[in-house]
Amino acid sequence: MTGAKILVEILKREGVEVIFGYPGGAVIDIYDELYKTPEIKHVLVRHEQGAAHAADGYARSTGKVGVALVTSGPGSTNTVTGIATAYMDSIPIIVLTGQVPTKLIGNDAFQEVDITGITRPITKHNFLIKSIESLPKILKSAFYIAKTGRPGPVLIDIPKDIQQAKGEFYYPEQIQLRSYNPIYEPHIKQVEKAYTLLEEAERPVLLLGGGVINSGASEEATKLAELLNLPVTMTLMGLGSFPGDHEQSLGMLGMHGTYYANMAIAHCDVLLAVGARFDDRVTGKVDAFAPGAKIIHIDIDPSSIQKNVKVHIPIVGDCKRTLTRLLEITKNVGKPKKYWKERFKEWWEQIEIWKKRYPLSYKNDPNYIKPQFVIEKLYELTKGKAIIATEVGQNQMWTAQYYKFKYPRTLITSGGLGTMGFGFPASIGAQIGNPDKLVIDIAGDGSIQMNIQELATAMEQKLPIKIVILNNGYLGMVRQWQELFYGKRYSYVKFHVLPDFVKLAEAYGAVGMKINKPQEVEPALKKMLEMNTLVILDIHIAPEEDVFPMVPAGKATTEMILV
Amino acid sequence: MEEKRHTLSVLVENTPGALARIAGLFSGRGFNIDSLCVAETLDPTLSHLTLVTHGDEQIIEQIIKQLRRLIDVYKVVNVTEEKEYVEREMALIKVRAEKEHREEIFRICEIFRCKIVDVSPKNYILEVTGDKEKLEAVIELLKPIGIKEIARTGIIAMKREKKTS
Repeated sequence: MTGAKILVEILKREGVEVIFGYPGGAVIDIYDELYKTPEIKHVLVRHEQGAAHAADGYARSTGKVGVALVTSGPGSTNTVTGIATAYMDSIPIIVLTGQVPTKLIGNDAFQEVDITGITRPITKHNFLIKSIESLPKILKSAFYIAKTGRPGPVLIDIPKDIQQAKGEFYYPEQIQLRSYNPIYEPHIKQVEKAYTLLEEAERPVLLLGGGVINSGASEEATKLAELLNLPVTMTLMGLGSFPGDHEQSLGMLGMHGTYYANMAIAHCDVLLAVGARFDDRVTGKVDAFAPGAKIIHIDIDPSSIQKNVKVHIPIVGDCKRTLTRLLEITKNVGKPKKYWKERFKEWWEQIEIWKKRYPLSYKNDPNYIKPQFVIEKLYELTKGKAIIATEVGQNQMWTAQYYKFKYPRTLITSGGLGTMGFGFPASIGAQIGNPDKLVIDIAGDGSIQMNIQELATAMEQKLPIKIVILNNGYLGMVRQWQELFYGKRYSYVKFHVLPDFVKLAEAYGAVGMKINKPQEVEPALKKMLEMNTLVILDIHIAPEEDVFPMVPAGKATTEMILV
Repeated sequence: MEEKRHTLSVLVENTPGALARIAGLFSGRGFNIDSLCVAETLDPTLSHLTLVTHGDEQIIEQIIKQLRRLIDVYKVVNVTEEKEYVEREMALIKVRAEKEHREEIFRICEIFRCKIVDVSPKNYILEVTGDKEKLEAVIELLKPIGIKEIARTGIIAMKREKKTS
């Protein structure tokens, strides 16, 4: 069997249903095998960055491993942003790159690049295959590494001669790597300590991060929160892990978090953080973050613990298993729901005061469409059931604030790396992985232009993705910073030329609509949602609308700029 | 927090790129490598790496955790934490050995138990082994005579076993 055939055979056995890819000289042999393998769907993207993001969106929305296939040299370097995006958010993807023949490696051959060298710091692990014999084991290891422990991208670089070489086929059903043994089961003593601390707490907060979604622990987190009557706040990556419309939800915390979430964090005495890594956008000034709190930190990655904030009870383990243990202990001790309700009554009264004082709000304007209103309407019309991808910037933050994500894996957003141009290709992956669901990309006029070429991909695949452009003619988030912190010196954030997005949609065979009056919002959204085709809805919003609340970078999260 | 020097003993898979991964981790995350020494072990699939770094307690903890997070890293031991351990480094020092200085060089060699491993009409090569402080003392004493070249191995370390059973 050839290396290419072995590769495709193993992909099948690993359950790969779809590959996002772009052919090239160094992967022709693999493509030749795919030609003969109708069981694996291939989505032909228009740029390799799109392939990586689509694989990522597929992984985020389905929980399965996403696969991208690209050629050597520029094909592989074009995936770098996509790989880094997946790495920062702990998303399991496999990137298969072609490489020049083994003998030419190091010779500066045509389309040669040291892609394993380039991606070393942005992959969980990567491999350069040097012999056909090692191919099956490496492929198996790659999938195992990508999806276990703290998930992440794995790149496999496959020289052309290895794809052509003949080798023995074998498929290791199981794999063990002596140097890689992620810890799933938490230390039970630590979980007991965590429970005791919660029992002693007067003002607890439950903080949920992306790890809760990755480990499928939403149900456990919700049960725990409800049983213990805990206020719940989420990081951007954690949105959807706990229902956003739940009365115990305080929404997102951090730089653009709610006033009451940040106040609750600032005043809590016990903070139970699950699968969150205390990114600077969450903590603000670290010394002022949860200053009076004892912190319990559950994370599968030991290096996340004690990295940014000092933790009192570290628990290394899978979020789902750890929360299950914590629930067991809670149930064994047996304090009833009523007890916890009573116990945190005063704390909740305080939180309600904060909620009433500064709810999430914006001012409507008869002349301008407010982006927050658009998201609110979209939430209403979709009943929170859509898969929402976002780009990065203001569009992302308004979505995080006003779309009350109810279910895990419904928000597809680049949290860690903050990659503009991510949302649309990611929504292609999400729609492929969820053919029966409504997938919407909420974009800005800047971000959407960064991977607009993928419109052809989506049309070719007949994907009915809805693209909502919150068009303010600016790189809005940078403009906001320039307005607030740089004396309104709007340095190169205004687009003097923007494409006509309606015509652009039409050029690709999609439907384009444009609105600029508040009363048009609801009808246009309804019309868009009724269509079974790709729609670009270009919404011209108030050009200088800001995202509030906002914690200036490096300030304490209580020092919010409110509306 | 107080910055301290730490010697880490790291066993890694003997795979291509493993060393680059470790070096990259240090540069990428802004950690320091003061010295690094890599060699094979009895098991040909594992390499042994002795790494000297410095930082406060939190940084050292992060370094160790980040090292352990690498798929290729099999084991990390903070030798400095073990308290009882042996540390050695070797240096080859090429020193000017004009007639009038030879007596002095012999004396230094005797005191520090150095070996003269190469002799040419105007130069000697000295081999000196010991801890960092000893090596530095020898180098300081030889400087006035005239050091032409130094090659150092970097530190290797090993935990002592208990003296009583």
